[in-house]
Amino acid sequence: MPTMIKRRRRPSGVQLAEWRDGWLYASPFLIGVTVFWLGPMLYSLYLVTQSWDMLSPPQFIGLGNFGALAADPLVQKSLGNTAFFTFIGVPIQLLVALVLAIALNQNIRGRSFYRTVFYLPAITPAVASAVVWTQIFNPDYGVLNNILRIFGVAPVKWLFDPNVAKPAFILMSLWGVGPQMVIFLAGLQSVPQQLLEAAEIDGATTWQRFWSITMPILSPVLFFNLVISIIGSFQVFTSAFVMTGGGPQNATLFMVLYIYLNGFRLFKMGYAASLAWVLFAIIMFFTFIQFRISNRWVYYEGKV
Amino acid sequence: MAIADQVASTRKGTGGEQRAPMPRQLRRRIAHSALHAALIVLGFTFLVPLLWVISTSLKTAGQVFIVPVQWIPTTPMWSNYKEIFEILPLAAFIRNSIIVTVLGTLGSVLSSVLVGYSLARLRWPGRDAVFALLVATMMLPGVVTLIPTFILYKYLGWLDTFLPLFVPSWFGGAFYIFLMRQFMIGLPFEVEEAGRIDGAGSFRILWQLIAPLCGPAIATVAIFSFLNHYNDFLGPLIYLSTNSKFTLPLGIYWYQGRYGNQWHLVMAASTVAIAPVIVLFFAAQNYFIQGIQLSGLAGR
Repeated sequence: MPTMIKRRRRPSGVQLAEWRDGWLYASPFLIGVTVFWLGPMLYSLYLVTQSWDMLSPPQFIGLGNFGALAADPLVQKSLGNTAFFTFIGVPIQLLVALVLAIALNQNIRGRSFYRTVFYLPAITPAVASAVVWTQIFNPDYGVLNNILRIFGVAPVKWLFDPNVAKPAFILMSLWGVGPQMVIFLAGLQSVPQQLLEAAEIDGATTWQRFWSITMPILSPVLFFNLVISIIGSFQVFTSAFVMTGGGPQNATLFMVLYIYLNGFRLFKMGYAASLAWVLFAIIMFFTFIQFRISNRWVYYEGKV
Repeated sequence: MAIADQVASTRKGTGGEQRAPMPRQLRRRIAHSALHAALIVLGFTFLVPLLWVISTSLKTAGQVFIVPVQWIPTTPMWSNYKEIFEILPLAAFIRNSIIVTVLGTLGSVLSSVLVGYSLARLRWPGRDAVFALLVATMMLPGVVTLIPTFILYKYLGWLDTFLPLFVPSWFGGAFYIFLMRQFMIGLPFEVEEAGRIDGAGSFRILWQLIAPLCGPAIATVAIFSFLNHYNDFLGPLIYLSTNSKFTLPLGIYWYQGRYGNQWHLVMAASTVAIAPVIVLFFAAQNYFIQGIQLSGLAGR
């Protein structure tokens, strides 16, 4: 009701000035969104219908690009690789992040030191970590095989073995779970301590307390981590580009890498744009699904 | 951090542990020691790659391939660091990285303060719709604009310049604006009152009254923007082609591809690239943690 009354009154000069300033100060964002998001996305819709190498003029081929990508075995390969990396990798990443956060949520000495150590890898330049991990995975003199040898494990070929290369990338991704861990830690610290203590007095085991009190309160944070990690994981690029270039036998050819190769090595602009739309649709689909399922398991305080 | 301290103090204050029977106390102590041991092992594991970079950067070319690994080289080759500056245009890479990072970060901070202020403290028709658009762009995967923005920059004649790497930041990153808006919304309403009575315009109120109170949010945005610009690889890879214009990450990649077996030098260059980030992290650790927590709690 009050808004109706407000609307009928003519805006005063002060109010008009505020409207003007509001739009004016928001304009960088609005211009940015138009020039760097909406414009390119619209242009990309046009690009999808073209065959264009950036040298000769573009040719209209209708839905030809989508026909081509449906028949391209490397598209299936890269989609499969990306799905493997995401749907196997992300749950493991979140589990590790959660375990680390729970450990750091205990009342122990040196918490902030460990937090620093677990977080440092996440801020290391991606190229530098890729270069280091190439060395760590080296079958002959890499650290990993050196350590495994102590336990009597035969040398693993890691990035040179098509069956092990993707798991190796997942292993490496665990090194960068710092941000997810910090988000979990913030969530854990918002669990009311009295609630846990009351449950303990009532005789609930540690496990029961975790599932019945901690997890529900943590669920919005878990949901956020899940959505963000999946969006990020679907777009993995730098590590694969630097470490394997997509090999061995295309085992680490991920979607964004394949888009890059088509666009900037083969200059198939229309084809690369079509691939990007496919990946875009897949990511949006899974984000949407997650939001849809979320009300079944995510608990929001105050929303009964 | 205040919450953690409170939790710690309430735990100490309960005193329940003293009255508890011995076996339980003992069990707790064992669990505590096990946790400590696990954290030490995990902490060391997480440090191994970084230790490896530094260790390798001080070896000779031959020592790199020795098995078992020599963690501390017998005679550290500090000259490796001199050598990379001689055989690589490393000084140019550093300068380029600084230009892109400083200009990009400056743009992110200024634009997010301005747009954040508009969304948090001014009332205007359409504001809620603009905010919804902002949240939507935070969720959009950037890959879809990869090809068309490249073509856009080609038409603008921006290829092989730094412009594509920092100009977009001057139009506000969605995540930074969001952070700034969330922070500004928490400021008390009275902040503007004094300025309004003095007859100050909204622009003066922003820079003289609001912005000075936003130190923590500005620091957080600055740090994240710094990291994004400094660590960016895909951008420089696509847009830069002249060697002397490369940023540090692209320079390291280029060098590693050309002289792949010179690992000790690649690692020395990597150490040079990693060092500023680590220094920044230790100098501003709390802002990092705060920023991630702010972003994480945005999901609630």
